[in-house]
Amino acid sequence: MSGLRARLHVPGRLDAEVLAETGDVLAVVGPNGAGKTTLLRSIAGLLPGSGDVEVAGRSWTHPPLLPRDRRVGYVVQGQALFPHLSARENVAFGLRARGAPAREARARAEAELERLGVGHLAGRRPGALSGGQAQRVAIARALATDPDVLLLDEPFAGLDVGVAAALRTELARHLADFAGVALLVTHDAVDALTLGTRMLVLQDGRVAQSGTPVEVAARPRTDHVARLVGLNVLRDGESLMAFRPSAVVLAPSEPVGSARLRWRGRVEQLTPHGDEIRVQVLTPDGVRVLADVTAAAAAELRLAPDVALWAAAKETAVTRYPAAPAPRGPVQSG
Amino acid sequence: MSTRTTIRTTSRSVLGRPPALLWAPAAVAVVFLVLPLTTLLLATPWGTFWRDLTDPDVLAALRLSALTSGATVLVCIGLGTPLAWVLARVPFRGRGLVRALVTVPLVLPPVVAGVALLTALGRNGVVGGPLRELTGVTFPFTTTAVVIAHTFVALPFYVISVEGALRSAGEAYDEVAAGLGATRWYAFRRVTLPLALPGVVAGAVLAWARSLGEFGATVTFAGNYPGITQTMPSRIYSVYLDDPEAARTLAVILLLASVGVLALLRNRWLSTGTGPGAVA
Repeated sequence: MSGLRARLHVPGRLDAEVLAETGDVLAVVGPNGAGKTTLLRSIAGLLPGSGDVEVAGRSWTHPPLLPRDRRVGYVVQGQALFPHLSARENVAFGLRARGAPAREARARAEAELERLGVGHLAGRRPGALSGGQAQRVAIARALATDPDVLLLDEPFAGLDVGVAAALRTELARHLADFAGVALLVTHDAVDALTLGTRMLVLQDGRVAQSGTPVEVAARPRTDHVARLVGLNVLRDGESLMAFRPSAVVLAPSEPVGSARLRWRGRVEQLTPHGDEIRVQVLTPDGVRVLADVTAAAAAELRLAPDVALWAAAKETAVTRYPAAPAPRGPVQSG
Repeated sequence: MSTRTTIRTTSRSVLGRPPALLWAPAAVAVVFLVLPLTTLLLATPWGTFWRDLTDPDVLAALRLSALTSGATVLVCIGLGTPLAWVLARVPFRGRGLVRALVTVPLVLPPVVAGVALLTALGRNGVVGGPLRELTGVTFPFTTTAVVIAHTFVALPFYVISVEGALRSAGEAYDEVAAGLGATRWYAFRRVTLPLALPGVVAGAVLAWARSLGEFGATVTFAGNYPGITQTMPSRIYSVYLDDPEAARTLAVILLLASVGVLALLRNRWLSTGTGPGAVA
């Protein structure tokens, strides 16, 4: 098959299967410590003996290929541009290392920088670049070697909101042109939904859920994704229920009427959310329910931390789906 | 620069006076370090300075010191850089032991180093004996012996300095280079070494200074023959036995030479905090 097929195993940290077709952008999400960076490093060959990786029908692990012989472009967190080389030399580095003549490598590097919108900064060293510019140079450097697999580790982390938004738009265009498999580690639901063609949710080193971003966002199986997409996801026997915070009604006393789902609890947290207020209600059983209410409603209910109240949701607003696969324990540490 | 200024202002105006318990001993330390050099300059018979400087034996000693300290630095760079890289980058059993052994000459009295060198490379030494029988080559009492003695005492300084620089230059860049298709040699040449360059230069200066001042190991292993093994420190000692006045002049010459080189290098290389930043 073309694309990427990997079964990765790093004792104590990761035990995951990854499948992606050529042209796929696989958004990898999960809480801190879930194994996202470990996953990228395993594919890049930077962790010894970490399972099977097959790319475009060729095994990278039998026999094991050194990182330099794998056709990856790896944009690590914090870019790690070589500080003593200009942007142009940074981008040309991979081509030069693989034996391209200086002139050719330089021309390709300049073209790549131009494509990322930083052609005019080719002569600058990383110390003289802003965070967003440095990230563009790092992406150009990764793309310049025509990799089969592009690994992006939180490419928008640490950038100003506006800069990140502009780069996201541009990256979407480059990823659409990209002729290999891309893996994008992100903490942002927007990245996963706008850039990803597939989504992989990692938890405790295992794949907790995979599918198209729309599927995963509509039916999250982990608390982490539920929080990312801003949904209430509660377990109900063998199935999960998902519903929007805006479908939850708060009342000072037990509601009467058609709402079947109701929880008694106390206000745990109040945060502004758009032009509404997002209320997190904690029940005595430890269940957390999010509700969005207008400022007027919040005032009327006299909402404040620790205020006791009832939350209710209409059954018609709830999506139910099976909780499978059965939850497995975290990877045994070794 | 602005950060530094801010810090200075802060400690002065906000945190109160520096305690006398700290600045008084600090002042004593400065006086202690500066006083002998000042008196040396004051006691030098400047009237005979030029005559003493152009004495053929002194010129020979100066030339030999320049030659041997230069050669020592080159040998240190050639052998010490790879050793520092191996210690910083290649995990192997006994690495801690190797590092400890390599640094022993740092604390070894130089005379002991000279005696030890004789047992290994002397005419009848463990290696020197068979070498002489096979090839007729002997080291002791040659200019080569001076460089050997100097390298023995200077190499640890160089290795420690460069290993530290290689460690702080970070293995993350090696990984990035490997991911871009670089062999380890290519990454060393294009990334690791350039990033460690300030440490390499600092180590070379340390090794050079150590070599320039080396006396004990040199006299023991190489002897004190004018023109062949008599470096400036040996010359100063020999002169001092006959004529302490003239020895002062030679001492000043050596002092000025070393301070001059340090001053030249300081602006360019030895200022603190100019190393490459660590990788996240």
